[in-house]
Amino acid sequence: MKLLEYQAKEVLASLGIPIPPGRVARTPDEAAKACAELGPVAVKAQVPVGGRGKAGGIKLVKSPDEARQAAAQIIGMDIKGFKVPLVYCEATLEIDREVYLGFTVDRDARNNILMLSAKGGMEIEQVAEESPESIARLHPNPWRGPLDFELNQLAFEAGLGELARPLTALIKKLYRAIPELDAVTAEINPLVITKQGEVIAGDAKLETDENAAWRHKDLEERYGSVLEGDPYEVEAKKRGLTYVSLDGDIGIIGNGAGLCMSTLDLVQRAGGRAANFCDIGGGAKAEVVENALAVILMNPRVKGVLMNVFGGITRGDEVAKGLVTARDNLKMKLPLVVRMSGTNEEEGRAILKRNGIEPGASAWEAAQKIVELTKAPV
Amino acid sequence: MSILLDSSTRVIVQGITGREGTFHAGQMLEMGTKVVGGTSPGKGGSMHLGVPVFNTVADAVKASGANASGIFVPPPFAADAIMEAAAGGITLIVCITEGIPIQEMIKVKEYLRGYPATRLIGANCPGLITPGVGKIGIIPQRITSAGPVGLVSRSGTLTYEVASALTASGLGQSTIVGIGGDPVLGLTFKDVVELFEKDEATTHLVVIGEIGGSDEERAAELLALGTRLRTVAFISGRTAPEGKRMGHAGAIISGNRGTAKSKEEAFRKAGVAVADTTDQIVGLLR
Repeated sequence: MKLLEYQAKEVLASLGIPIPPGRVARTPDEAAKACAELGPVAVKAQVPVGGRGKAGGIKLVKSPDEARQAAAQIIGMDIKGFKVPLVYCEATLEIDREVYLGFTVDRDARNNILMLSAKGGMEIEQVAEESPESIARLHPNPWRGPLDFELNQLAFEAGLGELARPLTALIKKLYRAIPELDAVTAEINPLVITKQGEVIAGDAKLETDENAAWRHKDLEERYGSVLEGDPYEVEAKKRGLTYVSLDGDIGIIGNGAGLCMSTLDLVQRAGGRAANFCDIGGGAKAEVVENALAVILMNPRVKGVLMNVFGGITRGDEVAKGLVTARDNLKMKLPLVVRMSGTNEEEGRAILKRNGIEPGASAWEAAQKIVELTKAPV
Repeated sequence: MSILLDSSTRVIVQGITGREGTFHAGQMLEMGTKVVGGTSPGKGGSMHLGVPVFNTVADAVKASGANASGIFVPPPFAADAIMEAAAGGITLIVCITEGIPIQEMIKVKEYLRGYPATRLIGANCPGLITPGVGKIGIIPQRITSAGPVGLVSRSGTLTYEVASALTASGLGQSTIVGIGGDPVLGLTFKDVVELFEKDEATTHLVVIGEIGGSDEERAAELLALGTRLRTVAFISGRTAPEGKRMGHAGAIISGNRGTAKSKEEAFRKAGVAVADTTDQIVGLLR
């Protein structure tokens, strides 16, 4: 789960990391009130993507009136496809310098990587490209976490030796998010050193592991519902499906992530655009197929559905019967093309044909067929 | 010949009495795999599917001489099961379980450094099969046949699809290895390609990658140094958008990293034929 900035900061604060005073505002009036309490504030859009500053999602204000205006502009704004549900009003800091601190999973090293750089406030990808030597890196032992001397070394390597003590203490607190919360990525950028010499998190990003969500139900309960997600993705999650919304008009169902992804590629190659990714997993049971079809048909943009199933152990005739039942239960009228392969595929295809569902001989042929059927005038 | 699994491989199934474990251990036995036992804590001393059940991997290894294990236990216990297998003396561990927390896999990888002779495949993978000899995992034997093609893949059903097409065209397989779709996993493409390179019975190679990470690029770099294997690569996820996780936790594009384009270019640079669709693989391999 990707946390919003204010949520990530709440979590950091619970780990003992200092954050500036701030208030969540869902309305312009709440923003005005926050400014009245806190003084000059930054009014910041809360969205789970970077680049909100450039998109006009952050405004510095001095008075409650200005805060009200800023919030009125920002709430409801669209930033990279996300509708801003609320703003975070945060007291501005007297900045002496800004540094970068973060960790993520280094896939190549099969380990976590801690990164510290004196070049804070910029996109770390940009820093990594322009001056990779300015980012100090550490792969901590995952069983015991980083040791003091390793962090001390990290601080000196980053050219931040004079801050080694406070940084070491702070990084140890941040690292707790890995064993305690199953965090996979965290970023404090900038980590602000104030004129008073305090070290405070100026911004915060935090992402936790979906595979470990079962042992952090409290996080999901507290933060999961704030962002209005894509309605189809929300519904699919309720039904236990692996579903991702895309911007085309052809619904896709496949079994297995790789097969499903390659089906999207085939549809695009045939000149169409997929409306979604939907992986129904191994067995292709009738009930799961029906759930997948139901979610896909919720989307009014969808003009037709392509299903690509490889039955290793599942029998084709069973998949076909389940699919016909699902279509009839849902009273589906849109074109449906099914490419089915595996055990009893001939029997399966015969059942589909008898029931007016187009079987495709190969995945490529099926993709071309659905593109053709959805392009034809109704 | 084959890689990783041959007629001397003695397999145990961890979680043999569970639903998945029972079904797939049955399939493994049916094709002639030497399944010599299984584990299920508290059920030691009993028999299941005609093989002995042990409480621990250590007991199983001692009594049966097992050297390989297939893991079919639920995600909260799977990382521990991998480490138990390594500590118990198993040298080929195949973990089928999907959904293991990534931080646990990171710890497992560090733990396995203490067992340099041990190889892990997966997790979140379909396992491996040497047609005509045996399998550890869930790849359906019916769609495979023995022959000279090595097949390595990150995906499950896509692997079956390609194996099935190869078999239908008379191109048998030496060994098929599904390495899994997680970001932190055991054997990589590069590791498996190295093994195929050394296997005389393998003359052709199919690599089925997907978006995310840079393991495909590492394998391409290795192939670029020269190979005797006639190789075809296919990458799924060309049209996947950035930042969206496509089913597999590992299949995600971040920035310019992990795109299908970068992987395909790496293979082309290595002189490897790249298939646009899975239908083209057989033709390119001949």
